[in-house]
Amino acid sequence: MFDFSIVTQWFDALLRETLGLGDFLSILIECVLVGTAILVGYALIACVLIFMERKVCAYFQCRLGPMRVGYWGLLQVFADVLKMLIKEIFIVDKADKILYLVAPILVIMGSVGAFSFLPWNNGATILDFNVGVFLLTAISSIGVIGIFLAGWGSNNKYSVLSAMRAAVQMISYEVSLCLCLITAVILTGTMQMSGIVEAQTGPFKWLIFQGHIPAIIAFFVFLIAGNAEANRGPFDMAEAESELTAGHHTEYSGMGFGFFYLAEFLNLFIIAGIAATVFLGGWAPVNIGIDAFDAVMNYIPGIVWFMGKTFFLVWILMWIKWTFPRLRIDQILKLEWKYLMPMCLINLVLMTVVVALGLYIK
Amino acid sequence: MANIIMFIILAVFIIVSALMCVATTRIVRAATFMLFVLLGVAGIYFLLDYTFLGAAQIAVYAGGVTMVFVFAIQLVSKRALQGLEKRVKAGTMAVGALCALAGLVVVSLILLKAGFLTQEIANVEVPMKEIGTALVGSGKYQYVLPFEFISVFLLACIIGGLVVARKEEEA
Repeated sequence: MFDFSIVTQWFDALLRETLGLGDFLSILIECVLVGTAILVGYALIACVLIFMERKVCAYFQCRLGPMRVGYWGLLQVFADVLKMLIKEIFIVDKADKILYLVAPILVIMGSVGAFSFLPWNNGATILDFNVGVFLLTAISSIGVIGIFLAGWGSNNKYSVLSAMRAAVQMISYEVSLCLCLITAVILTGTMQMSGIVEAQTGPFKWLIFQGHIPAIIAFFVFLIAGNAEANRGPFDMAEAESELTAGHHTEYSGMGFGFFYLAEFLNLFIIAGIAATVFLGGWAPVNIGIDAFDAVMNYIPGIVWFMGKTFFLVWILMWIKWTFPRLRIDQILKLEWKYLMPMCLINLVLMTVVVALGLYIK
Repeated sequence: MANIIMFIILAVFIIVSALMCVATTRIVRAATFMLFVLLGVAGIYFLLDYTFLGAAQIAVYAGGVTMVFVFAIQLVSKRALQGLEKRVKAGTMAVGALCALAGLVVVSLILLKAGFLTQEIANVEVPMKEIGTALVGSGKYQYVLPFEFISVFLLACIIGGLVVARKEEEA
């Protein structure tokens, strides 16, 4: 496997030894570079996702989607982004101005924060704390407050209604999301992102193989809860454009709206990315225990595996979104509190039993 | 050096947010500024390499308690929500100042008595495994009893909340 830390170590040595910069300056330069890389990656992936969503949606509805701008509509998203950037940002009269301005920033903060935890390749994990998964769920929960404040600050009854719904829905689904991650952590024995992937490298070591029944249940519940957490259909109660105009971002224009839009798409990617990391082995390649096959698979770089798995899950979530009708808010809450959460708790016990008795694939 | 710069940035951020939190007349704004204070404190934990406490701070306080406050605020009267009521009175100010002074005295007493200021503390990340076993272990310096007590307490709170909130069907 290609180890990306060779590159980072080389760069670190370049700054420290070749250029003779001190501790402070070299760390500062590295932090700025990594931060820029995160933001550029965030923006680029958002563009890809928006284009993918429009095309997938179009083909599910027997349309062609955007076709005019560029070959096969490839430049459409860039045109949209440009349009969004040059739109005027205005503030609603009688809105609570501080909250109105802070809300999109909180939403994007939670999203970028969670995005930085994704392990891209062997040695290319940006935030790799020993409390990784726990911190990830903590940071992503800030987004809920952003959405609520957006609805509250806009001084619009539709926005407030949508914000309440979104907050209730996201808080509820966070419970099963975290329980699923805990189920996975029991088996991997670590909360560190790189450690979780490390525990899944080797023949049939991906968590859904290694942990068989409980891991597969946790995986599916994670995808359902993640879909709800990202506020996407069939759980897109927060926006519900037929009843609540555009929900909590009704009153936002230009990049204010752009931030919500970006965060929504990236949350989809983050959910898929975490599911791919925790349950499908992240950058771990397919290994089946036959040396020749494994060697070939190991030549494919980790980022290709990670992106492949993540975009596969993104595609499945889009498929679900464009296939199922929207649920009512009471149905959404019932699904979570009466079915998913009890199932997760039972599953947690099942996983503990499996691990304690050593019934998983070693 | 970098630590001191980060500490100063965080400290200024915390103090400004804390002042704004008590000075604003709109109650949702106060909750938002409290969120900033809590995030700043989490930042200080990260600065001290105490990542578990930092993560718990964000999860429990920033993610949980602030949301609970925001929901509770929805029950407040409309005039208070829109900042129409002037609520800063001289008496409240005096009580607030007294509380702040008492807090300062207590914290400085603890700091001086335990000698935290002069003590050199190793700057290492505590491994998650150690924290986990300490939380649910029953040996010396392990915390299974308080842990279980708090969980039972929280359960009682949830049941109490449900009993209060539940509307009985009219018979």
